[in-house]
Amino acid sequence: MARLVFAGLLLFAAQVSSPQCGSQPGSTTPSPSGSTIPASGANVLPIVVNGGPTNNSLNQPFASVTICVPGTSNCQTIGGILVDTGSYGLRILSSAVTIPLPQQTGAGGAPVVECLPFLDGFAWGPVQTADVKLAGEQATGIPIQVIGTDKFGTIPSGCSSNGSSEENPDDLGSNGVLGIGMGIVDCGNACGLTGSSNPGLYYSCPTPTTCQVTTIANASQVINPVFRFSTDNNGTVIQLTAAQTGGQASASGSLIFGIGTQSNNQLGSARVLTVDAQGNFSTTFNGTTYNKSFIDSGSNGIFFLDAATTGLPACRNSTGFYCPPSLRAFSATHVGGNGTSAVVAFNAGNVDQVNAAFSVFAEATGAQAGGFDWGLPFFYGRTVFTAIAGASTPGGVGPYWAW
Amino acid sequence: MIRVTSAVLLALALPTSAFASLGGTVSSVETDRVHMKAALVGIQSSGPYTVHSMQSPTGTTIREYYGRDGVVFGVAWDGEWTPDLRQLFGSYFDQYQRSTTAARRAGRTSHAHVAIDENGLIVRASGHAHSSYGVAYVASLMPSGITPDVVR
Repeated sequence: MARLVFAGLLLFAAQVSSPQCGSQPGSTTPSPSGSTIPASGANVLPIVVNGGPTNNSLNQPFASVTICVPGTSNCQTIGGILVDTGSYGLRILSSAVTIPLPQQTGAGGAPVVECLPFLDGFAWGPVQTADVKLAGEQATGIPIQVIGTDKFGTIPSGCSSNGSSEENPDDLGSNGVLGIGMGIVDCGNACGLTGSSNPGLYYSCPTPTTCQVTTIANASQVINPVFRFSTDNNGTVIQLTAAQTGGQASASGSLIFGIGTQSNNQLGSARVLTVDAQGNFSTTFNGTTYNKSFIDSGSNGIFFLDAATTGLPACRNSTGFYCPPSLRAFSATHVGGNGTSAVVAFNAGNVDQVNAAFSVFAEATGAQAGGFDWGLPFFYGRTVFTAIAGASTPGGVGPYWAW
Repeated sequence: MIRVTSAVLLALALPTSAFASLGGTVSSVETDRVHMKAALVGIQSSGPYTVHSMQSPTGTTIREYYGRDGVVFGVAWDGEWTPDLRQLFGSYFDQYQRSTTAARRAGRTSHAHVAIDENGLIVRASGHAHSSYGVAYVASLMPSGITPDVVR
């Protein structure tokens, strides 16, 4: 883990940007949808889809982030961070953090600790403050979550009721999660409510064993770093190279900050799909409309419907995935809240038969509980825009998806 | 769907014996509702099974399905926040915790999707920040004559 000496933003950008394509702000070319030309610039963070820190990930995009003790040059760059449009805020495993980040405190000076629910478990650990540097962009002094039980070892039952703890690389599948979705803070007004209406994400811990759910203002919550950049802060773009049918070892791409703010993040002909209050749009498939549809770089397949509806058999080994005996082609239509629609062609392949050394498989599909989760396979060979809630962009005010 | 008034609700109040939901009895449905401080939204009977629909204080809709024997064979939820799964899964929660951990450590999973199919416990859940929906059922507890897709 390299420590970087902060010696001016441009120098810093040169250090953390993709070394193979250089870092020359302003020298970029507009990239049409489906482009495989790597983007470059101070607003571009390289992405790689590989096995990740555990060397067994499938369709998970990773990047490096730099965190610093606020206002100092005491910094650290950490790789293997999941790039996740399905969550908001930066979380890093405690075991990966070597610099002394200040602890956030709440009422009575008690430390604030977070329980962030994922679908497959939860992340428990203190809220600390850091300067977060992504390519040439910086979010100064923002709350992040440091995941782990080393300082607050008693996980409250209200937190563990989310399932199982993800506090090491094997469980988290990464060294951390960079949540750059369309939300600003990870909870919002609900966490300011008292009583049972509070979803219970934030705890006040006067001692490590006496944590109680606490109310917390939006301004003190773990926040999407992009929103706190001084520029290029209205959203993000993810570009990934197209994937070969049958899979491949790895893939590369870019996380580009801003929408319509630089020559490398223009919407062009992308269609803007607005979302409902929960961040979902509709997918029409075989004449039926499914409202609970979303795009998510953190999901490792396209998850839709069930075996009976799709005619796709479940895998014998890869639980939750479909394993058709031969490749099956499908078509569906995204419909935004604004009525804009876009047709998506996708394929379902046999996940059990994918080479175990492959980390990229665009035909990964599986069952879910009633909607469509357009995970990372949707991103291969596309340029996908995520507009942050309330932010102005050339495509209108966020939140929206565009591709 | 029958809308239940608070007067009818009192009449429906049942002894709260078991602290369990999935795999528990109809009495635990009411236990769950009280524990989760949820409002009963409706009760719907459809042939061999009955559905209790409730809404948690955080706005999430929860449905619990039980057969004529009163045993809860399935649960479902949909809302901004995942409900208290320890309460909802009852005696199956420990197995759920073990299964999700084992699945993660086997690799090739992601945080936005749960697929458990182990020892007769089937769980499918999806979502992202501020959106969570899922179903869980126990195959051996399904009343005869219905298929798992009623749990939704």
